[in-house]
Amino acid sequence: MTVTTPSTAEGRSRPGRPRRHRSAGPLFVAPFLVLFVLLFLAPLGYAAYLSLFQTRLIGGTVFVGLDNYVQAFGDSQFLHGVGRVALFFVVQVPVMLLLALLFALALDSGLLRLSRVIRLGIFVPYAVPSVVAALMWGYLYGPDFGPFAQLSRNLDLPVPAFLSEGWMLGSLANIVTWEFVGYNMIILYAALRTVPQELYEAAAMDGAGAWRIAWSVKLPALRPALLLTLLFSVIGSFQLFNEPNLLMKIAPDVISSSYTANLYAYSLAFTGQQVNYAATVSFLLGLVIVIASYGVLLTANRRRTP
Amino acid sequence: MPRNPFAAAASSPMSRRLFLTTTGALSLGAALTACGGGDSSGSSGSAEPVGQADIDKAMKTPTELTFWTWVPNIAKEIALFEKKYPAVKIKVVNAGQGTPQYTKLRTALKAGSGAPDMVQMEYQAIPTFTITDSLLDLRPYGAAELKDRFVDWTWGQVSGAKGEVWAIPQDTGPMGLLYRKDIFDKHGIDVPGTWDEFAEAARKLHRADPDVYLTNLAANQPAAWHGLLWQAGAKPYATSGKSDITISVDDAVSEKLGAYWGGLAKEGVISTDPDFTDGWYAGLNKGKYATWITAAWGPAFLSGSAKATAGKWRAAPLPQWDAAKPNAGNWGGSTTAVIRSTKNPIAAAVFAQFLNSDPATAKMFATEQFFFPATKALLADQEFVSDAPSFYGGQKVNQVFADVSATVDPSFQWPPFLDQAATDWTETVGKSLADKSDTVAALGSWQSRMTTYAKNQGFTVKGS
Repeated sequence: MTVTTPSTAEGRSRPGRPRRHRSAGPLFVAPFLVLFVLLFLAPLGYAAYLSLFQTRLIGGTVFVGLDNYVQAFGDSQFLHGVGRVALFFVVQVPVMLLLALLFALALDSGLLRLSRVIRLGIFVPYAVPSVVAALMWGYLYGPDFGPFAQLSRNLDLPVPAFLSEGWMLGSLANIVTWEFVGYNMIILYAALRTVPQELYEAAAMDGAGAWRIAWSVKLPALRPALLLTLLFSVIGSFQLFNEPNLLMKIAPDVISSSYTANLYAYSLAFTGQQVNYAATVSFLLGLVIVIASYGVLLTANRRRTP
Repeated sequence: MPRNPFAAAASSPMSRRLFLTTTGALSLGAALTACGGGDSSGSSGSAEPVGQADIDKAMKTPTELTFWTWVPNIAKEIALFEKKYPAVKIKVVNAGQGTPQYTKLRTALKAGSGAPDMVQMEYQAIPTFTITDSLLDLRPYGAAELKDRFVDWTWGQVSGAKGEVWAIPQDTGPMGLLYRKDIFDKHGIDVPGTWDEFAEAARKLHRADPDVYLTNLAANQPAAWHGLLWQAGAKPYATSGKSDITISVDDAVSEKLGAYWGGLAKEGVISTDPDFTDGWYAGLNKGKYATWITAAWGPAFLSGSAKATAGKWRAAPLPQWDAAKPNAGNWGGSTTAVIRSTKNPIAAAVFAQFLNSDPATAKMFATEQFFFPATKALLADQEFVSDAPSFYGGQKVNQVFADVSATVDPSFQWPPFLDQAATDWTETVGKSLADKSDTVAALGSWQSRMTTYAKNQGFTVKGS
């Protein structure tokens, strides 16, 4: 299909070939489109549809139009949940991406011994399911029996309250960072490997040292990959669910059922049996993510073209 | 959430949580796509009795029934049933323990397919499912005749307002006190007979040893709170008709309880660690808590979870508010209910009754799974009550709880939206205990959160 022979160029008048071109495109896209419609658009549309109704334990289902949305915009539990994940995003993501970037640059510099082992070591936490990770950290954070608590007790230091109200978001951020630094590092590292060697040679010829090359050659080359990891992080942060849901069991007084927006939607559906309002909240959360992603893209693109 | 601790002992906490999270995530999608369909109104909602001929015919017709339960090793009990009714095969599915199972069940019911024929259900969850017309009234299948075999208050718990029988009791959890005899002896503390003595003992013990608390009132355990309310004679929920509900979780009795426990938590003489967590297990094992306010399933559970402390524990009834009128509450225990959409109501109803009322299977639950029985016969069974486990220094623990079982108030009622009530409790009252803030004020927040919820769900609410 892709080989362009001279005959295609001159053969526009011939009826057979262009049509084959035209029919092939949709054929290639079709599997994606089918999945996209079935797994993305249909549930989205259904959630939107559900969010226009209200099902009550007494009285059944009634059409309420946009009432659920009006309620959500004034719902402090929902707004606080969104605010909390926004704060989480602002604090955790820069730390995580910076670490990933540092590791990627260090690995790429070729100055590290055992770089393969280190690369794997940093990546391994990503292979641990987030549920297991949250359970493991929940144990490490434990105020009575966790190793940090025991160590500080042995040293007569105050026991760090990882699971208290003030520290919880930081403790969650630590878990998520631990999980995803390796993943982001691999993306950035892969992007670095595609930078043509000639660029480095040219920079070296111009007298640039390792730091200068990293700053002026590697970083600009990494921009698309960084943007990608940033977008993944927007989506991941705003959907924060597993980690708080598990730590909720050991810190029920700190993590409420509306601690994050996603957790709130889940509780609404399964604790309160308010499926319609849960659909509304999920839909709005999706909207928030779209807006935040778009905002990230917009600012990044503006910076690129001075 | 209220739980059946035996299943908790059977599966590790990690796998339980893992299960909860993964199924939760899966069923969210299912629920969102499943909604909109009306309630599946099943067969036979009438109370017309089914003739013996029909029952005999149904039990001889080859049938496969699905049973959702988290009872470990229930195959032994099932085998007894299948031996008596060879035509009926039971397919056992473990769909999670307690809340995760109810979540799945609700999803299946809304979807209109995938629901089991019979289901294990805790007492407190029954109204949550009868409000959606999901359970089958078992009266037409002869369930009413079983009434006298079961402890009175358990029958009250499975009976509907019009005398319907929504489920057959399986096991129970009358509440008592497990205490560390060695710690009590060391500090010269007598087993408290009243809650006042209990409070004094709490202060004395914590003053003597700051690492030890007389008890732990878990900030995440609404079921224990409800059990204590039950003991204190509170009537937090009352329903009349289908849509009228009275919520009074901040009435005088509740306030007394709130001031008492909130006060002890604020003084710092009791701990408020979340229970059934790693930290809590560690606390039980290393003697951080000198007592565990628990239920009749507690002794067997503890002997599996705190092996390091074998021989040091004893059992006693709960301290009393009024020593002249001993009263107990209940925490946990479950039943077998039949889902209304079943295609084989007769076989399913017969199964539910056989499983829990047949003397052989009922006894097996007590001896194999160490369930605390719901039948009068077993509570009087010498073999059962004279069991003297060495974990409790040879004390006849079952006898203690069998005596307690007779003092449980039969009129306690559960709300038709238990999950919401439990979550709201944890985020108001439980939080106040953990934060050492005003528990009485938190009762007010609990009341108002539930009232708002009930009104939004279309109930007519009368408050305290």
